Amino acid sequence: MKILVPVKRVVDYNVKVRVKSDQTGMETANVKMSANPFDEIAIEEAVRLREAGIATEVIAISCGVTACQETLRTALAIGADRAILVETDAELQPLAVAKILKAIADKEGPGLIIAGKQAIDDDSNQTGQMTAALLGWPQATFASKVTIADGKAQVTREVDGGLETLSINLPAVITTDLRLNEPRYATLPNIMKAKKKPFEIIKVADLGVDITPRLKTIKVSEPPKRTAGVMVPDVATLVAKLRSEAKVI
Amino acid sequence: MFDTSPLPHYFSPEHEQFRDMLRSFIASEIIPNINAWDEACTFPRELYRKAGALGLLGLGYPEEYGGTPCDIFYQIVLAEEFARSGSGGIQASINSHTIAMPPLLAAGSEEIKRRVLPSVISGKKIAALAVTEPSGGSDVANLRTTAVRDGDHYVVNGEKTFITSGMRADYITTAVRTNPAVKGAAGISVLLIEGDTPGLTRTELKKMGWWVSDTAQLHFNNCRVPTRNLIGIENQGFKLLMHNFNSERLFMAALAYGFAQVCLEEALDWARQRNTFGEPLSQRQVIRHKLADMVLRIDAARCLVYDLAYRIDRGVGDPAQLVARICMAKVQATRAMQFCADEAVQILGGMGFMRGTRSERIYREVKVMMIGGGSEEIMKDLAARKLGF
Repeated sequence: MKILVPVKRVVDYNVKVRVKSDQTGMETANVKMSANPFDEIAIEEAVRLREAGIATEVIAISCGVTACQETLRTALAIGADRAILVETDAELQPLAVAKILKAIADKEGPGLIIAGKQAIDDDSNQTGQMTAALLGWPQATFASKVTIADGKAQVTREVDGGLETLSINLPAVITTDLRLNEPRYATLPNIMKAKKKPFEIIKVADLGVDITPRLKTIKVSEPPKRTAGVMVPDVATLVAKLRSEAKVI
Repeated sequence: MFDTSPLPHYFSPEHEQFRDMLRSFIASEIIPNINAWDEACTFPRELYRKAGALGLLGLGYPEEYGGTPCDIFYQIVLAEEFARSGSGGIQASINSHTIAMPPLLAAGSEEIKRRVLPSVISGKKIAALAVTEPSGGSDVANLRTTAVRDGDHYVVNGEKTFITSGMRADYITTAVRTNPAVKGAAGISVLLIEGDTPGLTRTELKKMGWWVSDTAQLHFNNCRVPTRNLIGIENQGFKLLMHNFNSERLFMAALAYGFAQVCLEEALDWARQRNTFGEPLSQRQVIRHKLADMVLRIDAARCLVYDLAYRIDRGVGDPAQLVARICMAKVQATRAMQFCADEAVQILGGMGFMRGTRSERIYREVKVMMIGGGSEEIMKDLAARKLGF
């Protein structure tokens, strides 16, 4: 069984993000970029399934600019067997990525797609679900445990009331929650070996997929600055202020 | 903080991946424990294995011995990231093989390389280099420890001191005099002495800094060392010992400005948070100038080290000039460290005098960086000679 794992290049989680001065989006020039942390968890899970003999091949895929190659190298260093970059400079929204993933899945025939539950840049939390819908496959999102046996996936999800366990037929789409696993370090020998693994670059136009954005961003702005707190002399003043200024009681 | 985005002609995406991995490893495995380990004057041996499993101990070694061939910038990244731990001792111990193993790799027999290198590179065994003696350090040519041939063994007698990893080392690459008739460099050989050799005793040394690292005085009393443990050719060990200094000194220079940067970051954090007379310290001109002075020294040292690393890697420049400039890079970077540690402790004030801040520890670990691996005076003298002064 092949496993397809999409990985997204995002602003590194350590970076303090800034809004672009023209308010069209976030500043990404000269900013450290990394693989989306949820996608690293997805790669780790796929690699573990291969190591357990359940999967035969782990294919990492990224969609976007040429520099996404670096993100894919990270996936290869963690243990993916080969990588596909679907290259485009165009803006990609979740539906466009889902369509690309469907096209690649149709070509590669994976038994499983494991995706991060969301990317830490736009927090859309849509790509996995849309991909499952387009493929007509079952889906299990926010997985905190995955067991594969007899052509089925048992997926544990953390829900408000506790744990929910789903049993779904393969092929399927699973999206990863934070507690699914702890990704291994990319060791130096594996970082070096990653350079030699198969790496395919496809132009998005060659897939015949319509990636036109369906959503328009009107404006991106900073959250309001938090102002300093005020010390009140007594409880009576506090209550008065809560009533007249904050209007919460 | 100033922007140190990687320059593409020095650092590839793989270097940056390596850096990411190291930063995360050091942040989770070392930084949370370092204060306790430092106070306990030791750390778990397990850390060698963990470092070995990530490939940190095999930089530049051939794959057949478990290493990873790579360029010198990986070592620079290793130094910079280990410095972020704020502890000189931990890297000195973990990396003690980087001074102990090069003679083996360069001149050891195939048998000894296969026997020793994989276990050291995987972190199962610890290696140390023993050159300095109570009677002298930099004056290697005049060392007194003797090794007298007796059948298929050498009988070793003498003392070594200030040996990093000396208490725990399983393999000790030792400089000995095999020809007592000859004074000077011509009678020196390199022997690999195993830690369990009868007649070898060790005394732990207490230090100003690097508490977490074990440093020892070694006593060899009629130690019988098999002749197959001779590294290279008998009486021609001197060159072998001198061979590795370039990369060791550049590594130390990178560590030094790395520590300087840790001091800068800690001082800047403190200066922003600490309010005096209604204003953060960081708004005071006198403090701002101190911080700027720190940045300029760190940046200058870093640029010099990157330039030299590139030259070594590509073989650009006259070798003698390179040796001279590497010596001076070590001096410059350790002075940057001295300056920044001093200013950081000053900015931290009373807090900088308290154990537990990184600047306090780095302040105590400045001197070993200015003395070890070639003292400042020796560095400048060697540089002057190489420059033909």
